Amino acid sequence: MKYTGNVIKYGDNVDTDVIIPARYLNTSDHKELASHCMEDLDKTFVSRVKHGDIITAGLNFGCGSSREHAPIAIKASGVSIVIAKSFARIFYRNAINIGLAIVECPVAVDGISEGDIVEVDLDNGIISNITTGDKYKTAPFPEFVQKIIKNGGLMQAIENDVF
Amino acid sequence: MAMTMTQKILAAHSGNEAVIAGELILADLDLVLGNDITSPVAIKEFRKLGKGNVFDRNKVTMIMDHFVPNKDIKAAEQCKLCRDFCMEQNVTHFYDVGEMGIEHALIPEKGLVTAGNAVIGADSHTCTYGALGAFSTGVGSTDMACGMATGKAWFKVPTAVKFDLTGKLTKYVSGKDIILHIIGKIGVDGALYRSMEFTGEGLDSLSMADRFCMANMAIEAGAKNGIFEVDKTTLQYIQDHNCLEPTIYKADDDAEYDKVINIDLSKIEPTVAFPHLPENTRTFSQIGEVKIDQVVIGSCTNGRLEDLIAAAEIMKGRKAAKNVRVIVIPATQNVYLEAMEMGLLRTFIEFGAVVSTPTCGPCLGGYMGILAAGERAVATTNRNFVGRMGHPESEVYLASPATAAASAITGRLTSPWEVAEL
Repeated sequence: MKYTGNVIKYGDNVDTDVIIPARYLNTSDHKELASHCMEDLDKTFVSRVKHGDIITAGLNFGCGSSREHAPIAIKASGVSIVIAKSFARIFYRNAINIGLAIVECPVAVDGISEGDIVEVDLDNGIISNITTGDKYKTAPFPEFVQKIIKNGGLMQAIENDVF
Repeated sequence: MAMTMTQKILAAHSGNEAVIAGELILADLDLVLGNDITSPVAIKEFRKLGKGNVFDRNKVTMIMDHFVPNKDIKAAEQCKLCRDFCMEQNVTHFYDVGEMGIEHALIPEKGLVTAGNAVIGADSHTCTYGALGAFSTGVGSTDMACGMATGKAWFKVPTAVKFDLTGKLTKYVSGKDIILHIIGKIGVDGALYRSMEFTGEGLDSLSMADRFCMANMAIEAGAKNGIFEVDKTTLQYIQDHNCLEPTIYKADDDAEYDKVINIDLSKIEPTVAFPHLPENTRTFSQIGEVKIDQVVIGSCTNGRLEDLIAAAEIMKGRKAAKNVRVIVIPATQNVYLEAMEMGLLRTFIEFGAVVSTPTCGPCLGGYMGILAAGERAVATTNRNFVGRMGHPESEVYLASPATAAASAITGRLTSPWEVAEL
């Protein structure tokens, strides 16, 4: 799996309340959720995000609520992958379960700037910063998790009886 | 193989004699829960499987608590989806207006969880039941759907941080102050992916309300779960609430911990978490004049009877400061009724507070107490992120019921110790 896109960069502890505020949780419509994505942190996100863009963030991305609406909103807004120094554990599960690509790589986050063009090769565990020419190595997902991702999410993996 | 409490429960639920940290397992679940926000997404996912029924109609529960009584048409539609699904599936434990309460207060009260259980809930504060010696953790809606269909969930076996509690709390200091103190010390990712295991002779003086509150906020330190060693207080609660037969798992003496942190309860002071993270904690010697506009006493963290008693003790015979709106929310119908019988509701109303039906409403900025730009609230809730209780430029200060009540009297952040001296 390869993802290439323009980087939108955030800091530490981006919580699910700013990713998708609770006032919009009276719906589970993906497009509607995407139209409010990041609203309380960055009002410009929705207007500037383009299909394939990559979010980079610091520590503990997605902390707080268990709302799956958060990774859904990010995915539906067109973001191809989130690279963070670390993820809050429920967000991490949710992203894998719904098929939003994520990867933990602290050095890459430090080396990548807002607006850089970045390519992520998940199969080989390589993040390439096309803008600067830097490359970073990432750890592969455990096999169990790879099965979920390859099947396109947890429910599909169950349906295909892969466990 | 030496194991922590959490590892022992996960081993027992995955058919293993022992598990080791980092191992991925499939665990059998004793309870799968969701609420009116997360269940609709789970139901949609469940339908994708085309599987007829939930794995066990007694082990799936849905509780309508976040936006009920329905706050708007969309919320009404979401509740209707849950209600129709539970009727179709003959789900035994479906709780709606009239029977409902805030899920993490209601489920233990109804005896639906017991020591030794493995529980997932599509709500991050599902970690609350660790107070009963259960492994209990928050997940998303897809995990809930998978749990409803199969009765199983996948987990990475966590390492743990052990909190060895000694001493006794001083007057007007409670479980909320302990957990805020701990999060202030280790940070909002201080226990990321790990268990927080609470043990030590200090447990003797902690009520179940203190323990539920502490386990509830384990997620605010990033933890997978918080869990308390089972003692006579736990067993008494289990007996009083007709919970299922408990299984007690004690950590091995030589179990490995990432860290052991000693907490002397007698040194804990009334503690407040400043905006916009639960780790921004201060005690009153570090707090100047912070004027407030609203006080919220309630939530899955602090809406239990003991919490209302603590607030009422401080409010009794006093009045709320002018221009401070005080909202008290008993967590369940039962708590509401007991508070009424004890005369607490009269105390609150005479104080100048409103008393609401159980709801999560204001805690997550849903309804029933939304803040305007520039306003500040002292809340006994669990999160103070940007925009959590309303406008992105409003502020939430997390505190205990006693501190919230004291602040309501003066109209500024106030220690219960200060008010008690008046």
